[in-house]
Amino acid sequence: MREKAVEIVLFLCAASSVVITIAIVGVLVYESLAFFRSVPLILFLTDTVWTPLFANPRYGILPLLNGTLLTTLVALCVAGPLGLVAAVYLSEFAAPRVREIVKPTLELLSGVPTVVYGFFALLFVTPLLQKVIPGLPGFNVLSAGIVMGIMIIPYIASLSEDAMRAVPQGLRDGSLALGATRLETAFRVVLPTAISGVAAAFVLGISRAVGETMVVAIAAGQQPNLTLDPREPAATITAYIVQVALGDLPHGSIGYQTIFAAGLTLLLITLIFNILAFWLRARFREAY
Amino acid sequence: MNQRVEVAAPVVAAGSDDARGRPIKIVNRDVNVWYGDKRALHDVSIDIPDRAVTAFIGPSGCGKSTFLRCMNRMNDTIPSARVTGTIEIDGQDIHDRSLDVVQLRARVGMVFQKPNPFAKSIYENVAYGPRIHGLARSKAELDAIVEQSLKRAALWDEAKDRLSQPGTGLSGGQQQRLCIARAIAVDPEVILMDEPASALDPIATARIEDLIDELRQNYTIVIVTHNMQQAARVSQRTAFFHLGKLVEEASTERMFTAPRDKRTQDYITGRFG
Amino acid sequence: MAGSALRADVISETRAPGLDAGQIRGRRLREKLFIACGLASTLVGLIALSFLLFDLAADGLPRLSWDFFTSFPSRRASAAGILSAWVGSVLVILVTAIIGVPLGVAAGIYLEEYARRNWMTNIIEINVSNLAAVPSIVYGLLALGLFVYGLGTGRSILTAGLTLALLILPIIIVATRESIRAVPYSIREAAYGIGATKGQVTRDHVLPAAIPGVLTGIIIGLSRALGETAPLITIGALTFIAFLPDPPITSEFPFISFRWLFDGFTVLPIQAFNWISRPGSDFHANAAAAGLVLLALTLSLNALAIVLRYRLRRRLQW
Repeated sequence: MREKAVEIVLFLCAASSVVITIAIVGVLVYESLAFFRSVPLILFLTDTVWTPLFANPRYGILPLLNGTLLTTLVALCVAGPLGLVAAVYLSEFAAPRVREIVKPTLELLSGVPTVVYGFFALLFVTPLLQKVIPGLPGFNVLSAGIVMGIMIIPYIASLSEDAMRAVPQGLRDGSLALGATRLETAFRVVLPTAISGVAAAFVLGISRAVGETMVVAIAAGQQPNLTLDPREPAATITAYIVQVALGDLPHGSIGYQTIFAAGLTLLLITLIFNILAFWLRARFREAY
Repeated sequence: MNQRVEVAAPVVAAGSDDARGRPIKIVNRDVNVWYGDKRALHDVSIDIPDRAVTAFIGPSGCGKSTFLRCMNRMNDTIPSARVTGTIEIDGQDIHDRSLDVVQLRARVGMVFQKPNPFAKSIYENVAYGPRIHGLARSKAELDAIVEQSLKRAALWDEAKDRLSQPGTGLSGGQQQRLCIARAIAVDPEVILMDEPASALDPIATARIEDLIDELRQNYTIVIVTHNMQQAARVSQRTAFFHLGKLVEEASTERMFTAPRDKRTQDYITGRFG
Repeated sequence: MAGSALRADVISETRAPGLDAGQIRGRRLREKLFIACGLASTLVGLIALSFLLFDLAADGLPRLSWDFFTSFPSRRASAAGILSAWVGSVLVILVTAIIGVPLGVAAGIYLEEYARRNWMTNIIEINVSNLAAVPSIVYGLLALGLFVYGLGTGRSILTAGLTLALLILPIIIVATRESIRAVPYSIREAAYGIGATKGQVTRDHVLPAAIPGVLTGIIIGLSRALGETAPLITIGALTFIAFLPDPPITSEFPFISFRWLFDGFTVLPIQAFNWISRPGSDFHANAAAAGLVLLALTLSLNALAIVLRYRLRRRLQW
């Protein structure tokens, strides 16, 4: 009897995670529905101006989406190659002792609070970039993206490394026995075999960059800007939510509802990336 | 370029029947292997005849695979492994600094116990070696090498219509022949086989054995097997390993009819192992 | 020579046109270059981390004094301190731990030891891994809509602690499951063999063996919560707090008060963010100093967790 009660309590705790998901979706959808009663969905998705707090408000999510994807792209340009090369190095070349030291240190990097990364981007990286790129504004996508890239290197490197180490040793032996160098083995045999797992690592890194808030809120500016130039400032979805939350919008106003519509958009994007990563990893596991 | 020293090479001792009169391809002297502090192989000295099949037999853990892996320096890939002694192929020391392990392994190919085709097409599996070594100067040449290698591995008829399909989609026996074709494509002189049929069914095993018998026309083959009938069927010389030591080596015929060592007798008659 | 490969029977004569010493040298050189690149790429993160530390220290170290820890924020940068921020952080993390740890550990135990393989378990498992990937700011929106306005807990320490507890729940669940899974089945069998019930086996044998791993997960989770800014901004944490929450211990009966739970608050990362966003560089030194304190806390927690995990791995050779 007591056993059963314990089990039920434990089950309720586990089930609470489902309740949280339902609550998240519920709150976002509930407030967004109120928003979409005032603003047609089609306008939200196609209008190219986002000025919800102006006297003459416009509600096009595109500039925010653009800012989000642009910072993510910059981050990926930094973290993609570096993370991949580091993963190949750690998985195929590094001596076990080096790996034992480097991996925990990389983990340490993910323990740095994002607000500190924001400080670093605004007050260290931007001034540095300004020396190289004349006329670079104090808030810009480039600096925020680069720092975000540094932030997600550990994720991409560590998850890619896991995928590559899961490749059976027999394949490496087969390649080495043919006279391939370790480099050739790494890039022509191990990496292609682990490619779904590595792709999943990249997608998870992207998903993390998309949802990252503080670095962009601090260093990329709060100006919605439909641009492809990373030297310009551009607000992301997350930066917009922070901006609104810092002000004091009355509960139930359309301005208040905008952050939920923006949040729902963000959740959907990350959800798509996560499903993609899930699918890729399932494919990888199927193969090995 | 690799020079083949065939002139005035010493020949395998008399009494070796089929392999008699064959020049020696590989000379091993006092080969020892340590894994960390554990000694896995004790002072093994054996000559491997050219263009013949030499079988290593013995109970599992006897060091036969460990020794096989010495001859193309595959033990290098195990960080804790240490090899001492001399191994010479055509008179050239394989541990010599002037010989890159890439060069050595291009000359001494290997087929593993578990078929390990790459996650690539059948064609790409075979073309892999020639590609990395730059052996073909044109697509036509590469095609020819792939076709020739698959023919030699007796896989061409089954594979020619599905060259672009993944090698992992083949049956176990076909996969193992693909791995043999992959090794052949690099044009080695020696092929080391580590229990190549132990993961296969009897019919696939028979095909591999036939193949090995054909291949000895062109290649020096060393095969590790725990299956004594297999050793008797495919090899001309046999060496028996026990507890990390080479106990006895002789022509296969003599080994199975008149073993000299008590341990060999016991093993062959099935008293242990 | 390679042309002779076309002749049907003799590949052996097509001896490696490419495989000469020069070609191999080139391949070995590429390999060496890559190793150098690999090492450099691996170190980029560490180099960035040291630049970051150096930059923060250069800006913030001069501001770190006793007064900095015992002063409230102020309009004058030189007089401002982090008293309300660190007290806020401590209290919020306390709430987070009290709610998040039992919930997460219990959920982990259920999923690993009790759950039957059925659709419900599958949903919970998929759900946990999805929750781990939800951006933290979305938790802030949840808290704003549900706690602040829905349940009326206000922009309080309770709301903040609750929000962060939900945020770190997946981390603790996953860590708990992994460390329970690492406990060998033989231990369970031994206990069942002498007639213990499932509850007893879990409580007396499995959990004690799994504790270090669970602890590691809890530390990582709490360190994450300590550094989180976005969700707390979203629920409307105040950025200028010149008072401390109600004391939890009172002089009158019943001597314990929970009114602090409903007080407004700020935390270290929000204070740092506030100072960074001020125009002019006066407050940047304060931001750096607050960032330094925050970084010291989170990095030492993370280091503790990592050391714990690696020592554990070495000790436990099941």
